[in-house]
Amino acid sequence: MAKTKTPAMAAVPYVPVAEDFVLKNASGELALDANFASQSFWKDVIIRFFRKKSAVIGMVLIIIITLMAIVGPGMNAYTYSGQTLTQKNLAPRVAALEKFGIFDGSETMRTTTGSKTVNNYIEKGLEDVYYWFGSDNFGRDIWTRTWSGTRVSLIIAAAATLIDMIIGMSYGLISGYFGGKVDMLMQRFLEIMNGIPRLVIVTLLLLVLEPGMLTIIFALMLTEWVGMSRIARAEMLKLKEQEFVLASRTLGAGKFFIIFKEILPNIIGPIITQVMFSIPTAIFTEAFLSFVGLGIPVPRCSLGSLISEGYNSFTTHPFQIIPPVVVMALLMFSFNLVADGLREALDPKMKEM
Amino acid sequence: MKKYTLKRLLTSLFTLLAILLVLFILMQLMPGSPFNDEKLNDDQRAVLYAKYGLDQPVLVQFFRYVGNMLKGDYGVSYNISKNTPISQLIQTRLPISIGIGGAAVALGALMGLILGLIAALKHGTFWDTIATIISVIGVSVPSYVFALGLSYTLGFRMQWFPMLYNAQLATQSSVLPSIALSMFTMASIARFTRTEMLEVLDSDYMLLAESKGISGPALIFRHALRNALIPIITVLAPLIVDLMTGSLVVEKIFAIPGVGSLLVNAIQSNDYNVVISLSFIYSAMYIAIMLVVDILYGVIDPRIRLAKEGD
Repeated sequence: MAKTKTPAMAAVPYVPVAEDFVLKNASGELALDANFASQSFWKDVIIRFFRKKSAVIGMVLIIIITLMAIVGPGMNAYTYSGQTLTQKNLAPRVAALEKFGIFDGSETMRTTTGSKTVNNYIEKGLEDVYYWFGSDNFGRDIWTRTWSGTRVSLIIAAAATLIDMIIGMSYGLISGYFGGKVDMLMQRFLEIMNGIPRLVIVTLLLLVLEPGMLTIIFALMLTEWVGMSRIARAEMLKLKEQEFVLASRTLGAGKFFIIFKEILPNIIGPIITQVMFSIPTAIFTEAFLSFVGLGIPVPRCSLGSLISEGYNSFTTHPFQIIPPVVVMALLMFSFNLVADGLREALDPKMKEM
Repeated sequence: MKKYTLKRLLTSLFTLLAILLVLFILMQLMPGSPFNDEKLNDDQRAVLYAKYGLDQPVLVQFFRYVGNMLKGDYGVSYNISKNTPISQLIQTRLPISIGIGGAAVALGALMGLILGLIAALKHGTFWDTIATIISVIGVSVPSYVFALGLSYTLGFRMQWFPMLYNAQLATQSSVLPSIALSMFTMASIARFTRTEMLEVLDSDYMLLAESKGISGPALIFRHALRNALIPIITVLAPLIVDLMTGSLVVEKIFAIPGVGSLLVNAIQSNDYNVVISLSFIYSAMYIAIMLVVDILYGVIDPRIRLAKEGD
C-alpha cells in the first residue's frame, strides 16, 4: 500500500520529499495478511505435521538411522563378512568411553551357579583392539554388521513397499473407477488373495525360490498390495462422482488419463500414509523370515538374521543381540510415529487415533 | 442376513479351494522328489511312486489331494519324524498352540480394553499419555523382541518362570509366551478402544443418558462401552491372525512343542509335506476366523447387514 500522491500534471516535475520514503506503519495489515493468506494444501500439511512432536521425533530418528546405515559400515576398518576367529565374542569396547568404566570390554558371565566379570581384551592381550558393539561368534564386528544389516532391511522394505504401492494403487484405482462387472471380478479375486494368510504365501514362495534379497522383495510384494488397493479403491469411489472428473470427461479426457492424471494426485496423501505403515510391516516380515531361516543367505546379513544369530547365544553374550533389536524396534517405532503424524496432518477432521 | 451369510460362505469355500490348488501346484514345483535316497534304483522308485499314488495323472492326484486334505489325512512326514502321519503330529501340538494363543488373545483384549478405557476417560491427562506411549510401543515392537526380553529378564535372570517350555509345568511355562504374544493385541485394542470411546462419549445419546441421571459404571459400561465394542470386534480378527504369525517365532524361542515350532522346524529341515499341511491348517483357521467375525459383525450391527445385503 504505497502512498499515492498524484504528481502535478504541470510541467513542474514532482520533487519527492523525505516523507515519501518512510514506511507506512502497516504491521496490523501485514499480520492480517499472514494469518488469512490462502495456503496451499501441502504447506498446511507440513505445518500440521511439524507441530506434532512425536512425528518430528520419529522423522529425526529415521533420518539418523538411514544415515548410519549409509556411513556406519565404513566407519571402522572391519567388514561385514571379515572373520577373525581369535577375537570372537568380545564385549563392546569404545576408546573414548573406556575411562568411565562403560564400554570397556568387560562382560559379566552368568551361569546358574553364579557370575563373574571378565575382560577378554586384556586376557587375550588385545589391548589396542576395539569393537564398538563387540564381536560375534565368528569374530565379526557387530557395529559394521548392524549397520549393513540395517541397510539391507531398509532396502528390502523400501523396494517392496514401492512396488506394492504401484501395484495396489493401480489395481484399486482401476477397480474403483470402472465399477460394475470389472469391480466385482477384481474384488472377488482380491478377497481370495486376502483369504490366504500372508505367512503361508511367503513361506511357500521362499521354499520354491532361491532365498535372497529379490525373493524376499517378491514375496513381500505379493502380500502387501491388498491393503494399498483397498485404500485406493475407497478414495476412488469417493472422488469419481465429483465435478472435476465430470469436467475432465466432458473435455474429452480418456479413462486412464482421468484415473492417473486427475484422480491419482488427489489421493496421494492417504497412499503415502499407507506406505509409511507398510514399511514397518515389511521390516518385520523380513526379520521374521530371517528368524525362521528363510532370510538373506550368509554372509550377508539383515536385522532379522542378526537377531536370530544373537538369539543363539543371548543368555551368555546378551550384548550381541541388543544392537539389531534396538535398531529394529526404533525403526518400526519411528515409522509408526511418522505415519500417525502424517495421517493426522493430511486429514485433521479424521478421528484422532 | 441369510443371503449375506451364504455369500460369505461361498467366498470362503472358494478361497479354500484356491489355497488347495496353490499348495498342490507348489508341491509339483518343489525341487527334487520325496525319495532322494541314492541307494534306490529306478524300479524301487517306481514302486514307491505307485505306493503314494504319484504315478497317476495330475488331475486325479489333485482331486484325491483335495479329498484327503478335507478329510484330515495329510500324509506322512518325510524328514522330521519319519513316516509318522502328520495328523498325528498335529494332534498333540495343536491344543498347546491354541491354549497359548487363546490366553494371549484373552489377556491382550482385556488389558487393551482397560488401557483404552483409562486413556479415553482421562483424556488429555498424564494417564492418557502413558497409555498412548504403551500402545505405540506395543504396536511397533515385534512380539519376538518381547519374547526375548521376557525370557532373558524374568526367565533367565529372575528365574520366576521357566525359560523353556516344560510339559510338567505347563501353566507356568505358558505365562511368558502368552504375555509376549498378547502385547500387539493389547496395543491395537487399546488404540481402537480409546478412539471409539472418545467418539461415543462425545455423542448426543450419552448426553441424554447423563441428563436422565445415569452415572458411574452403568453409564460407562452399559451405554458407552457397548457401542464402542462393535468396531473393536472387527479388529480382533486380523489381530488373531497376526498372532498366529507371531506364535511361530515365540514358540521357537520358548521351545514350545506347538504347531508354530513344528512349522519352523519343517521349513528348516525341508519337510515339504509338513509345511504344506500346516499351511493348509493355518489357512483354514484363518478363513474360519474371518468368516465367523464377518457374520458376527452382521448380527451385532444391523447397519452393516443392511448395507452389505444391498450390494
